Amino acid sequence: MQVVNFWLFSGIAIISALLCITRRSPVVSAMWLVLTMFSIAALFVILGAQFIGAIQVLVYAGAIMVLFLFVIMLLNLGRGEPTDLPGRLGSLIMLGVGAVLAVELWAVTRIVPDGAIRLPAGTMESLVEQEGAVGAISDPLFRDYLVPFEITSVLLLAAVVGAVVLAKRRL
Amino acid sequence: MPAVQQGPELLGSALAVSAILFSLGVAGVLLRRNAIVVFMCIELMLNAVNLSFIALAQQLGREGHVFVLFVMAVAAAEAAVGLAIIMAIYRHKQTVNLDKVNLLSG
Repeated sequence: MQVVNFWLFSGIAIISALLCITRRSPVVSAMWLVLTMFSIAALFVILGAQFIGAIQVLVYAGAIMVLFLFVIMLLNLGRGEPTDLPGRLGSLIMLGVGAVLAVELWAVTRIVPDGAIRLPAGTMESLVEQEGAVGAISDPLFRDYLVPFEITSVLLLAAVVGAVVLAKRRL
Repeated sequence: MPAVQQGPELLGSALAVSAILFSLGVAGVLLRRNAIVVFMCIELMLNAVNLSFIALAQQLGREGHVFVLFVMAVAAAEAAVGLAIIMAIYRHKQTVNLDKVNLLSG
Protein backbone atom coordinates (compact mmCIF):
# COMPACT_ATOMS: atom_id res chain seq x y z
CA MET A 1 0.00 0.00 0.00
CA GLN A 2 2.80 2.33 0.97
CA VAL A 3 4.60 1.60 -2.28
CA VAL A 4 1.45 2.04 -4.37
CA ASN A 5 0.76 5.40 -2.75
CA PHE A 6 4.37 6.41 -3.24
CA TRP A 7 4.30 5.75 -6.98
CA LEU A 8 0.85 7.32 -7.34
CA PHE A 9 1.99 10.62 -5.84
CA SER A 10 5.36 10.43 -7.60
CA GLY A 11 3.53 10.12 -10.90
CA ILE A 12 1.30 13.09 -10.09
CA ALA A 13 4.33 15.15 -9.03
CA ILE A 14 6.35 14.35 -12.16
CA ILE A 15 3.48 14.86 -14.61
CA SER A 16 2.40 18.14 -13.06
CA ALA A 17 6.04 19.34 -12.95
CA LEU A 18 6.30 18.50 -16.65
CA LEU A 19 3.12 20.44 -17.35
CA CYS A 20 4.41 23.29 -15.19
CA ILE A 21 7.52 23.82 -17.32
CA THR A 22 5.70 23.43 -20.65
CA ARG A 23 2.63 25.65 -20.19
CA ARG A 24 2.88 29.04 -21.84
CA SER A 25 0.90 31.07 -19.34
CA PRO A 26 2.64 31.75 -16.01
CA VAL A 27 -0.64 31.42 -14.11
CA VAL A 28 -1.26 27.93 -15.48
CA SER A 29 2.37 27.02 -14.68
CA ALA A 30 1.89 28.22 -11.12
CA MET A 31 -1.27 26.13 -10.72
CA TRP A 32 0.53 22.98 -11.88
CA LEU A 33 3.41 23.80 -9.55
CA VAL A 34 0.95 23.97 -6.64
CA LEU A 35 -0.20 20.45 -7.53
CA THR A 36 3.46 19.34 -7.60
CA MET A 37 4.03 20.84 -4.15
CA PHE A 38 1.00 19.03 -2.76
CA SER A 39 2.17 15.70 -4.20
CA ILE A 40 5.65 16.23 -2.75
CA ALA A 41 4.00 16.93 0.63
CA ALA A 42 2.22 13.58 0.29
CA LEU A 43 5.56 11.93 -0.51
CA PHE A 44 7.03 13.49 2.65
CA VAL A 45 4.22 11.97 4.71
CA ILE A 46 4.73 8.58 3.06
CA LEU A 47 8.44 8.76 3.84
CA GLY A 48 7.69 9.36 7.52
CA ALA A 49 8.05 13.16 7.74
CA GLN A 50 4.51 14.18 8.67
CA PHE A 51 5.44 17.54 10.17
CA ILE A 52 7.56 18.50 7.16
CA GLY A 53 4.63 17.55 4.94
CA ALA A 54 2.34 19.94 6.82
CA ILE A 55 4.96 22.70 6.65
CA GLN A 56 5.34 22.03 2.93
CA VAL A 57 1.64 22.62 2.36
CA LEU A 58 1.61 25.73 4.56
CA VAL A 59 4.81 27.38 3.35
CA TYR A 60 5.12 26.32 -0.28
CA ALA A 61 1.60 25.67 -1.52
CA GLY A 62 0.20 28.32 0.79
CA ALA A 63 2.59 31.21 1.16
CA ILE A 64 5.18 31.07 -1.62
CA MET A 65 2.81 30.20 -4.46
CA VAL A 66 0.36 32.90 -3.36
CA LEU A 67 3.31 35.32 -3.49
CA PHE A 68 4.06 34.17 -7.06
CA LEU A 69 0.44 34.53 -8.15
CA PHE A 70 0.28 37.93 -6.48
CA VAL A 71 3.29 39.16 -8.47
CA ILE A 72 1.88 37.69 -11.71
CA MET A 73 -1.36 39.54 -11.05
CA LEU A 74 0.42 42.76 -10.08
CA LEU A 75 2.53 42.79 -13.25
CA ASN A 76 -0.39 41.63 -15.42
CA LEU A 77 1.53 38.67 -16.91
CA GLY A 78 -1.43 36.33 -17.38
CA ARG A 79 -0.84 35.92 -21.11
CA GLY A 80 2.17 33.88 -22.15
CA GLU A 81 4.69 35.33 -24.57
CA PRO A 82 5.10 33.57 -27.94
CA THR A 83 8.91 33.59 -27.68
CA ASP A 84 8.87 31.80 -24.36
CA LEU A 85 9.41 28.26 -25.62
CA PRO A 86 12.38 28.00 -28.02
CA GLY A 87 12.46 25.36 -30.73
CA ARG A 88 15.69 23.78 -31.99
CA LEU A 89 17.99 25.02 -29.23
CA GLY A 90 15.36 23.96 -26.73
CA SER A 91 15.32 20.37 -27.94
CA LEU A 92 19.13 20.27 -27.80
CA ILE A 93 19.02 21.48 -24.19
CA MET A 94 16.35 18.92 -23.38
CA LEU A 95 18.54 16.21 -24.89
CA GLY A 96 21.47 17.25 -22.68
CA VAL A 97 19.34 17.42 -19.55
CA GLY A 98 17.86 14.03 -20.41
CA ALA A 99 21.32 12.48 -20.75
CA VAL A 100 22.37 13.91 -17.37
CA LEU A 101 19.11 12.61 -15.89
CA ALA A 102 19.77 9.10 -17.22
CA VAL A 103 23.21 9.04 -15.56
CA GLU A 104 21.70 10.43 -12.36
CA LEU A 105 19.02 7.75 -12.30
CA TRP A 106 21.57 5.04 -12.90
CA ALA A 107 23.65 6.33 -10.00
CA VAL A 108 21.03 7.17 -7.38
CA THR A 109 19.05 3.96 -7.63
CA ARG A 110 22.21 2.09 -6.67
CA ILE A 111 22.91 4.12 -3.53
CA VAL A 112 23.09 2.10 -0.36
CA PRO A 113 24.13 4.19 2.65
CA ASP A 114 27.24 2.93 4.36
CA GLY A 115 26.47 0.53 7.17
CA ALA A 116 28.61 2.49 9.62
CA ILE A 117 26.42 5.61 9.42
CA ARG A 118 23.08 3.93 8.84
CA LEU A 119 20.67 3.77 11.78
CA PRO A 120 19.29 0.41 12.79
CA ALA A 121 15.98 -0.35 11.08
CA GLY A 122 12.99 1.24 12.79
CA THR A 123 14.97 3.87 14.72
CA MET A 124 13.09 6.80 13.21
CA GLU A 125 9.73 5.13 13.83
CA SER A 126 10.51 4.50 17.50
CA LEU A 127 11.80 8.09 17.85
CA VAL A 128 8.51 9.41 16.44
CA GLU A 129 6.59 7.13 18.80
CA GLN A 130 8.58 8.38 21.79
CA GLU A 131 8.72 12.10 21.09
CA GLY A 132 5.94 12.67 18.56
CA ALA A 133 6.35 13.80 14.98
CA VAL A 134 7.10 17.40 15.99
CA GLY A 135 9.26 16.54 18.96
CA ALA A 136 11.54 14.36 16.87
CA ILE A 137 12.40 17.43 14.73
CA SER A 138 12.32 20.15 17.36
CA ASP A 139 14.70 18.34 19.69
CA PRO A 140 17.74 18.57 17.36
CA LEU A 141 16.51 21.90 15.96
CA PHE A 142 16.52 23.66 19.32
CA ARG A 143 19.48 21.80 20.80
CA ASP A 144 22.19 21.02 18.24
CA TYR A 145 21.11 23.48 15.57
CA LEU A 146 20.07 26.41 17.74
CA VAL A 147 22.67 28.82 16.34
CA PRO A 148 21.81 28.10 12.67
CA PHE A 149 18.15 28.49 13.62
CA GLU A 150 18.79 31.93 15.08
CA ILE A 151 20.87 32.89 12.04
CA THR A 152 17.88 31.93 9.90
CA SER A 153 15.83 34.58 11.67
CA VAL A 154 18.48 37.18 10.79
CA LEU A 155 18.36 35.96 7.17
CA LEU A 156 14.58 36.35 7.07
CA LEU A 157 14.83 39.84 8.55
CA ALA A 158 17.40 40.79 5.90
CA ALA A 159 15.09 39.35 3.22
CA VAL A 160 12.14 41.38 4.48
CA VAL A 161 14.18 44.61 4.52
CA GLY A 162 15.70 43.79 1.13
CA ALA A 163 12.32 43.06 -0.45
CA VAL A 164 10.89 46.33 0.82
CA VAL A 165 13.91 48.33 -0.39
CA LEU A 166 13.86 46.68 -3.82
CA ALA A 167 10.13 46.84 -4.43
CA LYS A 168 9.48 50.33 -3.11
CA ARG A 169 9.54 53.01 -5.74
CA ARG A 170 11.16 55.60 -3.57
CA LEU A 171 12.05 55.34 0.09
CA MET B 1 -0.86 1.78 14.35
CA PRO B 2 2.13 -0.45 13.66
CA ALA B 3 5.31 1.20 12.46
CA VAL B 4 5.70 0.79 8.71
CA GLN B 5 9.05 -0.57 7.66
CA GLN B 6 10.66 1.38 4.83
CA GLY B 7 12.74 -0.88 2.68
CA PRO B 8 15.83 0.33 0.88
CA GLU B 9 13.92 -0.01 -2.41
CA LEU B 10 11.74 2.96 -1.42
CA LEU B 11 14.92 4.95 -0.75
CA GLY B 12 16.20 4.28 -4.26
CA SER B 13 12.88 5.19 -5.89
CA ALA B 14 12.53 8.33 -3.78
CA LEU B 15 16.00 9.44 -4.89
CA ALA B 16 15.05 8.64 -8.49
CA VAL B 17 11.88 10.75 -8.25
CA SER B 18 13.94 13.50 -6.69
CA ALA B 19 16.44 13.34 -9.58
CA ILE B 20 13.62 13.49 -12.15
CA LEU B 21 12.01 16.50 -10.47
CA PHE B 22 15.38 18.25 -10.19
CA SER B 23 16.11 17.66 -13.88
CA LEU B 24 12.68 19.01 -14.81
CA GLY B 25 13.53 22.11 -12.79
CA VAL B 26 16.89 22.46 -14.57
CA ALA B 27 15.17 22.03 -17.95
CA GLY B 28 12.65 24.71 -17.01
CA VAL B 29 15.36 27.15 -15.96
CA LEU B 30 17.25 26.56 -19.21
CA LEU B 31 14.26 26.61 -21.54
CA ARG B 32 11.91 29.26 -20.23
CA ARG B 33 12.50 32.97 -20.77
CA ASN B 34 9.82 34.23 -18.43
CA ALA B 35 11.58 35.28 -15.21
CA ILE B 36 8.65 34.23 -13.01
CA VAL B 37 8.52 30.74 -14.50
CA VAL B 38 12.31 30.43 -14.10
CA PHE B 39 11.80 31.30 -10.46
CA MET B 40 9.11 28.68 -10.04
CA CYS B 41 11.48 26.11 -11.54
CA ILE B 42 14.10 27.04 -8.95
CA GLU B 43 11.52 26.36 -6.26
CA LEU B 44 10.86 23.00 -7.91
CA MET B 45 14.57 22.17 -7.72
CA LEU B 46 14.69 23.09 -4.02
CA ASN B 47 11.70 20.82 -3.44
CA ALA B 48 13.40 17.94 -5.22
CA VAL B 49 16.43 18.33 -2.96
CA ASN B 50 14.12 18.38 0.07
CA LEU B 51 12.63 15.11 -1.11
CA SER B 52 16.03 13.43 -1.20
CA PHE B 53 16.86 14.84 2.25
CA ILE B 54 13.67 13.29 3.64
CA ALA B 55 14.28 9.98 1.88
CA LEU B 56 17.80 9.70 3.28
CA ALA B 57 16.71 10.85 6.75
CA GLN B 58 14.79 7.57 7.01
CA GLN B 59 18.08 5.75 7.36
CA LEU B 60 20.62 8.37 8.36
CA GLY B 61 18.82 10.19 11.18
CA ARG B 62 16.49 13.10 11.82
CA GLU B 63 19.03 15.82 11.03
CA GLY B 64 17.76 15.59 7.46
CA HIS B 65 14.39 16.93 8.60
CA VAL B 66 16.10 19.88 10.28
CA PHE B 67 17.97 20.68 7.09
CA VAL B 68 14.71 20.62 5.15
CA LEU B 69 13.36 23.28 7.50
CA PHE B 70 16.43 25.42 6.82
CA VAL B 71 16.09 24.93 3.07
CA MET B 72 12.46 26.04 3.30
CA ALA B 73 13.44 29.17 5.24
CA VAL B 74 16.09 30.05 2.65
CA ALA B 75 13.59 29.36 -0.15
CA ALA B 76 11.07 31.70 1.43
CA ALA B 77 13.65 34.47 1.81
CA GLU B 78 14.86 33.91 -1.75
CA ALA B 79 11.32 34.04 -3.13
CA ALA B 80 10.62 37.34 -1.40
CA VAL B 81 13.83 39.02 -2.56
CA GLY B 82 13.68 37.48 -6.05
CA LEU B 83 10.13 38.59 -6.69
CA ALA B 84 11.03 42.08 -5.49
CA ILE B 85 13.90 42.08 -8.02
CA ILE B 86 11.52 40.92 -10.76
CA MET B 87 9.15 43.76 -9.90
CA ALA B 88 12.03 46.25 -10.02
CA ILE B 89 13.10 44.90 -13.42
CA TYR B 90 9.54 45.10 -14.71
CA ARG B 91 9.23 48.70 -13.57
CA HIS B 92 12.48 49.51 -15.36
CA LYS B 93 12.07 47.49 -18.58
CA GLN B 94 8.30 46.84 -18.85
CA THR B 95 9.08 43.16 -19.44
CA VAL B 96 10.15 40.07 -17.52
CA ASN B 97 11.56 38.31 -20.58
CA LEU B 98 15.12 37.35 -19.61
CA ASP B 99 16.37 37.71 -23.20
CA LYS B 100 15.50 41.40 -23.07
CA VAL B 101 17.21 41.99 -19.73
CA ASN B 102 20.78 42.34 -21.02
CA LEU B 103 22.06 45.42 -19.25
CA LEU B 104 25.40 43.78 -18.44
CA SER B 105 26.11 42.36 -21.90
CA GLY B 106 27.43 45.68 -23.20
